Amino acid sequence: MEKRVTFKGWLLPLFLIAPQVLISAVFFFYPAGQAVWQSLFIPDPFGLSAQFVGLGNFEFLLGDPYYRASFATTAVFSLLVTLCSMVPALFLAVIADRLIKGSGVYRTLLIWPYAVAPAVAGVLWMFMFNTRVGVVSWYLGQLGYDWNHVLNDNEAMGLVVVASAWGRVSYNFLFFFAALQSVPRSVIEAAAIDGAHFWRRFFGIVLPLITPTAFFLLVVNVVYAFFETFGVIHTITAGGPQQATTILVYKVFADGFVGQDLGSSAAQSVILLLVVGLLTVIQFKYVEKRVHY
Amino acid sequence: MKKYLASVLAASTLASPVVANAQTEVNFWHAFTGRLGELVAEQVDQFNASQSDYKVVQSHKGNYSETLNAGIAAFRAKEQPHILMVFEVGTATMMAAKGAVRPVYEVMAESGASFDPNAYIGAVKGYYTSTDGDMLSLPFNSSTPVLWVNRDAFKAAGVDPDMDLSTWENVGAALDALKAGGEDCPLVTAWQSWIHLENFSAYHNVPFASKDNGFAGLDTELMLNGPAQIAHLTAMQDWAKEGKFIYTGRRNEGGANFRSGECALFTESSAGYAGIKAEAKFDFEVRPLPYWKAVASEPQNTIIGGASLWVMSGHEADEYKGVGEFLSFLSSSDVQAAWHQNTGYLPITVEAGEATRAAGFYDQNPGTDVAVKQMTAKQPTANSKGLRLGSFDQIRGIIDEELEAIWAGDKSPQEAMDSAKSRGDALLRRFEQANG
Repeated sequence: MEKRVTFKGWLLPLFLIAPQVLISAVFFFYPAGQAVWQSLFIPDPFGLSAQFVGLGNFEFLLGDPYYRASFATTAVFSLLVTLCSMVPALFLAVIADRLIKGSGVYRTLLIWPYAVAPAVAGVLWMFMFNTRVGVVSWYLGQLGYDWNHVLNDNEAMGLVVVASAWGRVSYNFLFFFAALQSVPRSVIEAAAIDGAHFWRRFFGIVLPLITPTAFFLLVVNVVYAFFETFGVIHTITAGGPQQATTILVYKVFADGFVGQDLGSSAAQSVILLLVVGLLTVIQFKYVEKRVHY
Repeated sequence: MKKYLASVLAASTLASPVVANAQTEVNFWHAFTGRLGELVAEQVDQFNASQSDYKVVQSHKGNYSETLNAGIAAFRAKEQPHILMVFEVGTATMMAAKGAVRPVYEVMAESGASFDPNAYIGAVKGYYTSTDGDMLSLPFNSSTPVLWVNRDAFKAAGVDPDMDLSTWENVGAALDALKAGGEDCPLVTAWQSWIHLENFSAYHNVPFASKDNGFAGLDTELMLNGPAQIAHLTAMQDWAKEGKFIYTGRRNEGGANFRSGECALFTESSAGYAGIKAEAKFDFEVRPLPYWKAVASEPQNTIIGGASLWVMSGHEADEYKGVGEFLSFLSSSDVQAAWHQNTGYLPITVEAGEATRAAGFYDQNPGTDVAVKQMTAKQPTANSKGLRLGSFDQIRGIIDEELEAIWAGDKSPQEAMDSAKSRGDALLRRFEQANG
């Protein structure tokens, strides 16, 4: 079944993969190597001196119950962001796919939020839910609900999840929409003739056929939730209240660039790298088995 | 990669001003925008116009934390400015970086520019002076917390706005009356750790940290879980529970609530003056920060917040001469008095304060001298000289988290502060290790 192209010599293949190898080396392996090296030291902020502490930074981190709690926070956050960005995207894509007229307009409108930078999106949502002047929190107040994400853990988590997922829905929509378009009409029509109604066709035929896209999006969205949501958290909650929204990547930033504790920050980025690497391996090993190409 | 980024950042800012003549250039990085940024630019222009040997180039580098980061990154890339503005929280970090900074007293002595460290008021000078009495950085903008009163809100709730609010006992009674009178937001605060723990401790003459609040050594430990602090936080927790103290956030978010007239009392920096004066459409008043009569028979002094100017190492001798001239200009009485009157920051030299009083400024703007009196009423003690703690920005973050646990009712004040102590101490030990 596997389609494989074979080259005769080794010069051409080497030449062809060289750009990718070079880019990976410069932008990934070198900085990642630096992070691993730095994680073994406690340097002073100005780089005047550094003490070798071996795995001391890791011991310090893993001995800290608040750091360990941050793993659970990150897991909840990533799961929710992935769900909240993929499910509505799929739903919207299915609806847009059924449109006969004007699907171009819907498509364009749905893609717009993706153009908004995470930090800007964060500010946008922060203003809507501002406890004092926010439109949404005012409306909730009218309904008798006292919105206060400044002190309420769950509300804060909900807010950063929605703000992070919002722009992502567009991205996911785009991929789902393209995937739906490529599902062969003949298969769907055949099922329709057999009497399968819309949702039956969707779950029985369409969904299995777009699993490669869904899997790709799952991996990409988890990575997004882990690394790129920092701007949203920074602008909306800065990790609070208490540590309710302090996810791992936010702590890397806070300890490194606010606290000037570069040793701990480097150790955290190494741990984060391992966690995401492990998650990706798990996804490829177990989830991909259920993907039909 | 960080180094590379830093050098690009630094190069892009250093490359911009091109000077044709032989003036020696002095770079000055600061954290001020808006009106404050304009005032800094004015000071620099005034200095540049006053002589022809040196040219000071000022650049804005983001907020306080970002400016400190930019300075650190630039130093690592060997592109550091001559003068860097560092907020009071970063003081210990700068002091520990012996190879990266040049003490101000040394720069001033070498440059031969006129400079008298004793011109500065004690509480300000003490913050930036080594234990040997040498001034390490030049105080620039300093403020201290005070109590802001919305007199109209008091009247609306049927409470006498002239009532004595000098003690927390009285404030507690006022909060009860305000709440009973239908006020939804009796008390709000800004900078909770700075006001309700750091200044609270100094004001009641109890230690915030051991080793003279960190002045006497890096092996300091937090002492913010003492009985005085716990008593205050317990009262605050009760007020929060009863809806008399409204928590709005870790920074100065509460300012918006107060300026719009929603809240009756507001504990905030004296530098909030400009904003409140510009926006408040109600009758407001400045009162001294309250104290607990049960804890101290009379208040000690409060401590400062704000920033100082640090001279960074690695430049030429004639450039340091220019730095000396500029700092000497900044500490002159006229410049200081104008800065104080324009910004609401404290007059940090004795002379500037007297000049301001003589010009009738305090009579025309009542309450602007409350902060000055509150800070200078008493000779600072070891507990009220200031704070010098490593990783202090992070420790404040921890304190903010623990205070939020108190306001939300998740932890008792004792539990929360015990936890803040053990978490903060862990960071202090790391700082000691990195800089010891």
